[in-house]
Amino acid sequence: MTATTEAPAAELGRARLRKEDAKLITGQTRWTDNIRQPGMLQIAFLRSPFAHAKIKNVDVSGALRQPGVVAAFSGADFAAEQGSLPCAWPVTPDIVIPPHPPMAVDEVRYVGEAVAVVVARDNYEAADALAAIEVDYEPLPPVLDMRTALDPDSPKVHEAGNKSYEWVFANGDVEAAFRDAPVVLERTYRQQRLIPCAMEPRAVVVSWVGEEVTVWSATQIPHVLRFALSAFFGIPEQDIRVIAPDVGGGFGSKLQVTAEEVLAVLTSRKVGKPVRWTETRSEGNMTVHHGRDQWQRIRIAADRDGRIRALDVDLLADMGAYLMLVTPGIPLLGAFMFPAIYKMDAYSFRCTGVFTTKMPTDAYRGAGRPEATFAIERIMDELAVELGIEPMEIRERNWIKHEEFPYTTIAGLTYDSGNYEAATAKAKELFDYDGLRREQAERNARGDKIRLGIGISTFTEMCGLAPSRVLGSLSYGAGGWEHASIRMLPTGKVEVVTGSSAHGQGHETAWSQIVADQLGVPFEDIRVLHGDTQVSPKGMDTYGSRSLAVGGMALVGACDKVIDKAKVIAAAMLEASVDDLEWSPGRFSVRGDPEAGKTIQEIALATFAAHGLPDGVEPSLDSDHTYDPENFSFPHGTHLCATEVDTETNLSRSGPTSRSTTSVSWSTR
Amino acid sequence: MTHITVTVDGVGYSDHVEPRLLLVHYLREVLGKTGTPVGCDTSNCGACTVLMDGKSVKSCAVLAVQADGSDITTIEGLSNGELTPVQRAFHEEHALQCGYCTPGMIMAATDLLRDNPHPTEEEIRDGLEGNLCRCTGYENIVRAVKRAAEAGVTS
Repeated sequence: MTATTEAPAAELGRARLRKEDAKLITGQTRWTDNIRQPGMLQIAFLRSPFAHAKIKNVDVSGALRQPGVVAAFSGADFAAEQGSLPCAWPVTPDIVIPPHPPMAVDEVRYVGEAVAVVVARDNYEAADALAAIEVDYEPLPPVLDMRTALDPDSPKVHEAGNKSYEWVFANGDVEAAFRDAPVVLERTYRQQRLIPCAMEPRAVVVSWVGEEVTVWSATQIPHVLRFALSAFFGIPEQDIRVIAPDVGGGFGSKLQVTAEEVLAVLTSRKVGKPVRWTETRSEGNMTVHHGRDQWQRIRIAADRDGRIRALDVDLLADMGAYLMLVTPGIPLLGAFMFPAIYKMDAYSFRCTGVFTTKMPTDAYRGAGRPEATFAIERIMDELAVELGIEPMEIRERNWIKHEEFPYTTIAGLTYDSGNYEAATAKAKELFDYDGLRREQAERNARGDKIRLGIGISTFTEMCGLAPSRVLGSLSYGAGGWEHASIRMLPTGKVEVVTGSSAHGQGHETAWSQIVADQLGVPFEDIRVLHGDTQVSPKGMDTYGSRSLAVGGMALVGACDKVIDKAKVIAAAMLEASVDDLEWSPGRFSVRGDPEAGKTIQEIALATFAAHGLPDGVEPSLDSDHTYDPENFSFPHGTHLCATEVDTETNLSRSGPTSRSTTSVSWSTR
Repeated sequence: MTHITVTVDGVGYSDHVEPRLLLVHYLREVLGKTGTPVGCDTSNCGACTVLMDGKSVKSCAVLAVQADGSDITTIEGLSNGELTPVQRAFHEEHALQCGYCTPGMIMAATDLLRDNPHPTEEEIRDGLEGNLCRCTGYENIVRAVKRAAEAGVTS
């Protein structure tokens, strides 16, 4: 055991080698697809080749005659128990949330929707069996373009029509601003649909033992998944254990309660055997929720000197065929970010969520906010051109000055801090902005074939999701807190339990650094536990740039409670008054007598023995803390890019030096 | 079923396999060597790269029967207790985040450095072209390969 340990130098900010790497560089990783259970069977899904069709009949009997096939089911077999996949973000009171059966029963509404499942001894037999299933489809007209989906004569995705919701926000006299402003620009930008494509394909393993079920899933959200399986699929919560073992990237795509997870749970229960499902990449490209897909119409009203008077944004957002976990809320995360780092007098925003016969969209990298950054920064450039003002200059004239924080934006968010001047000045210096602008002007003047394009993007994002009260006001179905607990082991080592669920971010390293600083224990003495609802029973998981800002603060709170408990026990050990003790990381000492002290490790051992504790003092240093943030965090940055463009071929290439792209991101608090 | 004899990470195996069985599935599902992951349907991503008789191959694009008589090294058998210079360099240069591509990257980089012990940056990027990473942006992977080259990969 460690008797005494010198308090380590500050860990935060120190470039530590990652604790995660040892298993990852030697192939000892526990990806979900690596999990094996006794008697485990493989499942595979038959998927719709049509974007829209009636299912007239599904005949699985051919599959059942294949060697190695244990069972095969169609949607009708699940109809009584499969319920509807949850949408946790009903953004308006009159939002249309169509039923979303995990397996299609009567109608398919996107290519890739599951229509049958086979259970077989291995992947190869399962694939063979899928080919033996016969489905009788009656094709229906697809709805592919959200811009025409709301026309009265458009085919309908759902009986209720193709509009899911309309969400509006307005602040200030937008109409007057646009009427009176000397300059008004309007542009329409396209945010493409995209496939998130984490390196690790989705996978799920399910094992029932009696009434209890264990679900291993390549997910970002083990805690949310456990809650959802209970709340929406009728399995008592205490009977469910969800494990997100090592997870190979998410990018928002694994922030989901998927059809395949639910169907794997139900299928395993039906056949009475553990099952495993792992998607193929082609399957994942079709059926992992997609990202973005918006049309953005944006209008800006400004004075001749470039000062913004007002902004008006009208979005069409493609929901795809159904609303999944947070589908409708994603574009609304952008609603608050279109004004970005700029001051203005008025702002209005409208978003119409539209159904199409495509894979549902949902969270993807930045989720709603980068879309807003793209649009506002594009139109700032357009405004600069229109007014003949240097593009960085027009931004500077409008952005919030560092002395103006905290600043409540026209979108109603209070930015706690920021220093756009400093970040931009640093970026310009690293990039040699003035030099490149001169070079650009010279090439233009000479009429060079190869010209220089310079791109600017400033940004801020609302991160650290999220204050529970704010989520409540936006009709979100859960809170935004995070949980942590500390277990002080008898030998002075520390187990840190976090509700964050890392999937590549390096929490085990960073969390160890936080706790090392707070408790004054060595980095190496800390083990971080996460991603298993039996080990870490409480959490809100990892997405929305929340883990450090929210989960990290939960850790600090938990450490504070350990120190409070240790203080009482240290006082007894030192026969001193609690009021006379001073804490320096790792050790309590008696004021005026710094030699007299007890390390946290000595206190942990004494607490374990519990021989001489004062009356009424619990023999434990362990602690729990749940942290609910008061505000979002607002990191910001300035990004610059220079690209050479061949004016004859339109080919572009980055400049020859490393100065061609520069980004300076600041997080001021 | 076809009979194959193959050495994997120093252990000899003799098995009857379906002719269509992919090498990566033989490694993962028959031998239980799950250190080699599958990232795509076939040959896009390189996550499943292993060494076959010393040369890197994407094990999703090789049939198990094609490996008959060969000597396979996977990420699990690359080091003998001590990390190789490539593994160490990936750790030291922060060349991984989620780590899913890492076994393939390390195997491909190992082969690259055996062919060309002192590659330029361009040669490294060219040599690892068949391996995709979604987290790092490749910069640190390139640095890691350079560092491994400096350390001497064949140790």
